[in-house]
Amino acid sequence: MSALSLSEVSFSYIPGEPVIKDVSFSLESGRILALLGPNGSGKTTLLHLILGQLSPEKGKIEIFGREIRSYSRSELSKIIGLARQEERVAFEFTVLEYVLLGRAPYLGPLEAPGSEDYKMAVQALERTGTLHLQDRFLTSLSGGEKQLVIIARALAQMPGILLLDEPLAHLDLKNQSMLLEVLENLREQGVTIIFSTHDPNSTSIVADQVLLLRKGSSLQFGPPGDVLEKEKLQSTYGVPIRVLETEGERYVFPENGRRRKRVV
Amino acid sequence: MKDLASTQSKRIEVRSRVLLGKIALFALFVLLCTLLSLLVGRYPAPYVQSPQAIFSDPMALNLVVNYRLPRILLSLLLGATLSASGVVLQMIFRNPLVEPGFLGVSQGAAFGASLAIIFLGGSLLTTEIVAALFGILGLFLSVFLARRLRYGGWVLRLVLAGIAVSALFSAGVGVLKYLADPLKQLPEITFWLLGGLWGSDWHQVIYVVPFVLPALFILYLIRWRLNILTLDESTAFSLGVRPGKEKMLVLALSVIPVAVMVSVAGIVGWVGLIIPHISRKLVGANSQFSFPASLFLGALFCLFCDTIARTLLWGEIPLGILTSLIGAFIFLLILTRPSSRGFV
Repeated sequence: MSALSLSEVSFSYIPGEPVIKDVSFSLESGRILALLGPNGSGKTTLLHLILGQLSPEKGKIEIFGREIRSYSRSELSKIIGLARQEERVAFEFTVLEYVLLGRAPYLGPLEAPGSEDYKMAVQALERTGTLHLQDRFLTSLSGGEKQLVIIARALAQMPGILLLDEPLAHLDLKNQSMLLEVLENLREQGVTIIFSTHDPNSTSIVADQVLLLRKGSSLQFGPPGDVLEKEKLQSTYGVPIRVLETEGERYVFPENGRRRKRVV
Repeated sequence: MKDLASTQSKRIEVRSRVLLGKIALFALFVLLCTLLSLLVGRYPAPYVQSPQAIFSDPMALNLVVNYRLPRILLSLLLGATLSASGVVLQMIFRNPLVEPGFLGVSQGAAFGASLAIIFLGGSLLTTEIVAALFGILGLFLSVFLARRLRYGGWVLRLVLAGIAVSALFSAGVGVLKYLADPLKQLPEITFWLLGGLWGSDWHQVIYVVPFVLPALFILYLIRWRLNILTLDESTAFSLGVRPGKEKMLVLALSVIPVAVMVSVAGIVGWVGLIIPHISRKLVGANSQFSFPASLFLGALFCLFCDTIARTLLWGEIPLGILTSLIGAFIFLLILTRPSSRGFV
């Protein structure tokens, strides 16, 4: 079953200047989709459209076969979770207190979390391998740990679709590896994951499908092997690019790095 | 996995009970201090009196029941309102340095009170009503202006608008002070601006309670949800919340009672800033616990300061001076401690 399908979706903040232009694709349940494109290509806007925070000017978004507009706010928050890397938390919540906020969709306006919610929060922390951090302050965590805890908060919503905005940005290799492992485990558990990234290499490691975006238009949708082609990436990023292929996977580098190597 | 989850969740429940125990202790302390404060004053003799001394003197009993008790209740309500509002505003503005006077409310009320003192005869009731109306007007003007600013996000726009509205009302207070009769009206304005609960009686309690108690009660009921409003808008939205609408509702619920209390007590600073910090230090940042803790600690702080204000000297010490003096001292103490956790 398709978890998410977009048909000819357009959106603009200023009338006449679309930031998303006629984007169409369909994603099966339990797959990982990477939204790939340079800064300002409309990746985050597309995530906000899928989240329901923005409404498309034109076109249709369907979540599990139903049009997004037919869901209530509360229904949608139990289906789609969002984890942003840039999330700023102004107060010293403990990790557990923070993850419990993910239970909000299941609680009435006057309710506070109870024992069932505590269990769900603990399970979400286990799924991301961060249960040992539960009593730490969120502000005291490393970048990678914080990113995993933010994902745990979104998982406490029990979503079928998880949206991640630039999850790998600013993470070192160890933290990237931790995060990628968690994403793969979640895929095995049937969670559909959509993440935005400006780094083509992270897509070839983990994504099943890639949507290549340039100035809001979809250039190509398909498996990383098909999308990560020299010409397409050069026209998207506007710089000379070199593509290496090892063990059936493609890796992308800027061409000028190679020239510098020759000089040395 | 389920076993671990239930063991962990039991641990969390135990921890919640410990925090609730702390809050119950604060409540008990407020009750005890309230009873003690009833025995403290300048009549029949200065400082603490035995209950017997009060009950055996009809005039002392009359004074305690008709003046001291309502004044104590007002000081408790004032402290609880300012601190509750401080917690709420700091959370929705995601800034631990915000306080209730922030959105043009205090300066608006000050302008209203000065206006009433000079042009409307300055009776207590008129001054209070005009001050409350101008305090609420200050809030509305700030929100109205913020919607029209073309700079920054919503929080920054509200803060900028609040600063501009406060500055305008503050200039207005300056003009009114200049126009005031220096022998009669000017001292009255100055004394009002310094804040205090002198002349409190049951009428004032009856006037503030319908505004203050329902608002505090609703905020108490939704206290856990305040945590979600500290997240950025997209995340709050993804959790099923409409952050813009909920923030406006919570803003009104926290600022309108402040305007009403300020109209009775004048400008009493620092309470709404430091009490939320102290509460967070004692019970953590989670508003499920820091909100009720702030209610009780705020009430306790104002009760303490007001008891000194009416007892220490023969004359009245303005409450605003004491809260600022003690508040600033505590603030510096928190700031200069090696680990100042409350200020992230």
